[in-house]
Amino acid sequence: MARDRDDSERLIAAVAAAAGNERPLVICGRGSKTFLAPPAVGSMLAVGDHSGVVDYRHDELVLTARAGTPLVELRRILASQEQMLAFDPPMFAGDGSLGGAVATGLSGPGRPWYGATRDAVLGVTLINGRAERLVFGGQVMKNVAGYDVSRLMTGAFGTLGVLLDISVKVLPRPHHEATRVFDVDRDTALANVTAWARTPLPLSATCHVDGVLHVRLSGTEKGVRAAAAQVGGDDLPHSADFWDSVRDQTHAFFSVGRCYRVALPPAATYPAIPGDWLTEWAGSQRWFRTDATREQVDLAVRRLGGYATEFRDPRGPQPFDKGALKYYRRLKDAFDPKAILNRGRLFQEIGQDAVTEASV
Amino acid sequence: MNAVVANDSSVVKQLQAILPAHCVITDPRAKKPFETDGLTAVKQMPWVVVLPETVEQVRSVLRVCRENRVPVVPRGAGTGLSGGARPSSDGVLLGLSKLSRIIEIDPDNRIARVEPGVRNLAISEAAAHHGLYYAPDPSSQIACSIGGNVAENSGGVHCLKYGLTVHNVLGLKVLTLEGDELTIGGATLDSPGYDLLALFTGSEGMLGIVTEVTVRLLPIPATKRLMLAAFASLEAAAGTVGRIIASGIIPAGLEMMDARAIAAAEAFVGAGYPTDAAAILLCELDGTHDEVEEQSAQVLRVMRTQQATEVRASRDEADRERMWLGRKAAFPAVGRLAPDYYCMDGTIPRARLAEVLRAIEKLSEQYGLAVANVFHAGDGNLHPLILYDANAAGELERAEKMGGEILALCVAVGGTVTGEHGVGVEKLDSMCGQFAAPELEQFHRLKAAFDPPRLMNPGKAVPTLARCAEVGGMHVHKGKLAFPEIERF
Repeated sequence: MARDRDDSERLIAAVAAAAGNERPLVICGRGSKTFLAPPAVGSMLAVGDHSGVVDYRHDELVLTARAGTPLVELRRILASQEQMLAFDPPMFAGDGSLGGAVATGLSGPGRPWYGATRDAVLGVTLINGRAERLVFGGQVMKNVAGYDVSRLMTGAFGTLGVLLDISVKVLPRPHHEATRVFDVDRDTALANVTAWARTPLPLSATCHVDGVLHVRLSGTEKGVRAAAAQVGGDDLPHSADFWDSVRDQTHAFFSVGRCYRVALPPAATYPAIPGDWLTEWAGSQRWFRTDATREQVDLAVRRLGGYATEFRDPRGPQPFDKGALKYYRRLKDAFDPKAILNRGRLFQEIGQDAVTEASV
Repeated sequence: MNAVVANDSSVVKQLQAILPAHCVITDPRAKKPFETDGLTAVKQMPWVVVLPETVEQVRSVLRVCRENRVPVVPRGAGTGLSGGARPSSDGVLLGLSKLSRIIEIDPDNRIARVEPGVRNLAISEAAAHHGLYYAPDPSSQIACSIGGNVAENSGGVHCLKYGLTVHNVLGLKVLTLEGDELTIGGATLDSPGYDLLALFTGSEGMLGIVTEVTVRLLPIPATKRLMLAAFASLEAAAGTVGRIIASGIIPAGLEMMDARAIAAAEAFVGAGYPTDAAAILLCELDGTHDEVEEQSAQVLRVMRTQQATEVRASRDEADRERMWLGRKAAFPAVGRLAPDYYCMDGTIPRARLAEVLRAIEKLSEQYGLAVANVFHAGDGNLHPLILYDANAAGELERAEKMGGEILALCVAVGGTVTGEHGVGVEKLDSMCGQFAAPELEQFHRLKAAFDPPRLMNPGKAVPTLARCAEVGGMHVHKGKLAFPEIERF
C-alpha cells in the first residue's frame, strides 16, 4: 500500500531554499527511469513520499493523485472499478510513479488508439522554479482556459516544474480482448498492419518481433470475435503477459545490445541498416538493436521523416528541431529562471546564456 | 508600449510593398466584414486588414509589424465565439483564409497535411474516398478553418470519444513574431523536447502564426447508431449520463437538450422530439457492426433503468440523420426565440450537471432572462444560451453579468470557464476567478518567451493583473500581491 501523504509544504520549502541560494535540484520520484536522459546536476529532491490518491470518481473517468503515487498502486485501484490508465505507462523494473510517468511522457502499446500520456493529462499542480505552487488545467475533459501548461509538463523531464498533483483521464477496461499471432516477416507485417489500421477494426496494439506479428483486439465480445475472424491468425493465450513484457521492456528483445527508440511515420519502410527490430504502434514506434553508429541511425531515420534516440543512457544532444532550442531556453527561463530544476536533464547550456536571450 | 500607428501611412506602404494590392485592405467598407468574429456583440474596426497568399508573405507581414511595433491579430474563418479575432484599432488583422491548400492526404500514414485556411470539413471530404476522416467536428465545421481550430483547440459533438483538436493534430509549422519557423511534430506520433504542439494548440494566436497543420485521420466507423431518451426531470437525464459512462461505454457523442431547446428545435425543424419531456439525451455509438449492436442494447437498458419516459434508436442512416436534425438545428432554432442569444461554454464534472442546471434556472429567474440548454453532456461541457434583446436598454449587460455568474459557478464546482470556445476577450474577467495571480503571471511569462514585445493578439486570452484587481476577482493573499516588484501587464 502506498502511503497517503501530502509532502507539498516540504517540497515547496526545498525549492524556495534552492532558488534562494541557486543550488540546483535533481527531482527523483521512484528512480525507475533515471537511465532515460542525461543526469541532472545538484542535490536530490525526493518526491516519492508525496503520495496517494486525492480524488477518484469512476463515473467521471478522472483520477487525481499525488506525483509520488506508485503506478502499480494506481493500476490496482483502477482495476477494482474495471478501469485503466489508457496511456499504459511502462513500469521499468516493475516500478515507477505517476509523476515520473508524466514527466517522461512514455506511453504503452495501445498509444495510437488510446492516446499518449499527454493526451490523458487533464491538470497539474506544480512548483515552478520560483517556488510558487501553481494549478493548471483541472479535472474536466474539456478545458481551454489559459495555455495548456499541464500538457507542456508532460515529457519535460521535470525541467519546468516539480509535479505535485496530477489529474488524468482514465478509461473503462475493454470488456473483451484477444491477441492474434501471425508468422510473417517484418515487411509483410507492416503492410498488413497498415492495411488494417486504415479500416475500422477494434485494434488496440500491434507488435512485430522475432518473425511474429501480434495484433491485439479490444472491445465487446462479439465485436472482438468478428474482428479476429476477419484478420485471421492464431490465438495467443495469456497475451497480457506478452504486452506487459513489451511495455516494461522485460521481453528478451531488450536484454542485449544497444537499443534505439525510433519514431517514424507508421507506414515508413525500414532503414537499410543491419540490426533487429521490434515494431509497435502500427509502425509508429520501433525499437532497433544495432551495432551501427548513432550518426548512421540518425541520418537514415531522419530521411524517412522520423527521429531516433538512444534509449538507455543517451549521450550527445537530443534530436530537437534546431529552431526550437531558442524557445526551449526561454520557456525554461519563464518557469525556472535560476535553472534549479533538473538542470541538464533535457538539454544543456541553460542558465546565464538563456536569461540574456530571453530579456531581449 | 505599442507605438500608436493609426495614422502612420508608412506601415501601410510597407505592407503594400510586400503584398499584392488586393491583399491589403484599408477601405472602411471592405474592412467592415472583419470588425467582428462569431462573438458579434463585440465589434472593432481593424486599422488595416492583410490577406497574404503565401507563407513568405505571412513572414514579411510579421517582419513589418515587428519592426514597426504594430500589433498583429490573426484570424481564420472568423467563426470563433469568444472574440479571439477581435481586431485592434491600431493593429494589423492578419487573415489566413487564403492559405487554403490541402498539401497532402497520405492514407497509409493516416495523415493530412494542410494549410491553416483549409476548412475543417474539407479535410474529411478530401479523405473520404480513402475511408478516412478528421474527427473533431465543431458545430461550425462547414465554415471554420483548421488554423482557427488549432488556435482555439476546438471540440465538437464527438470529442467524448475522439478528443479535442489537441488529440488529433500531429504536427504544426509555426512562424514566430521574430520570423523563426518552427517545425513541431509531423507524421510521427511524438517528437523530442517540450510539447510545443500542446502549447500552441489552444494558444489563441498569442504565441505565433500557424502556417501548416498535420492532422491524424481515422477510419470512418463502419456503423453508427443514435439513441434518444426522454426524461421527466433534469435530474433523471443528468443521472443517466453518469450511468452510461460508468457502464464502461464511451459513446461517440452524448448530448442533452432541455425543454426550451426541445420546443425551439421542434418548432423550427420538426425532428419528432418529445415536446413534453423535461430533457432528452442523444447518445451516439459507433464502431463495428457487432460492437454497436452489443453496446446499444446496453445503453438502451441503462436508459430504461433510469426511468426514461421514451426510448428510441435509429433504424438506419437516414433515420439517424433525421434524429440528429433537431440537435444540429438547436442553436438557430433558439435564435428564433429572442432577438439575440449569448452562448456560454463552461465545463463541469458530470456529477454536478443537475445541480448546476438548477442553479442556472434560478439565475434565469433572478435576471429575468430565459435560458435554453443544449450541450455536450458526456464531457460536462455546458452551452447555456441566454436569450436577450440587444436593443432593449441594459439587456446585453444583464446577459453578460448573468453569463459571468454561470462561469463563476462552473469554477466553483470544480470546472472551467471555457471548454471549447476559448477565452478571447469574452471571458477575460472570468479568468480572474479561475486563476490566481502567480498562475496568470506564469501565463504572461510563457507568452513573452515567444513574443517578447507582446505584439501577438495583445489583450486576449489572459487578463492583466490590473484588470483582475479591478473586477475584484484577484486572489490577493494577506492583503498583498505576490512579488510586488514584478512588472504588471
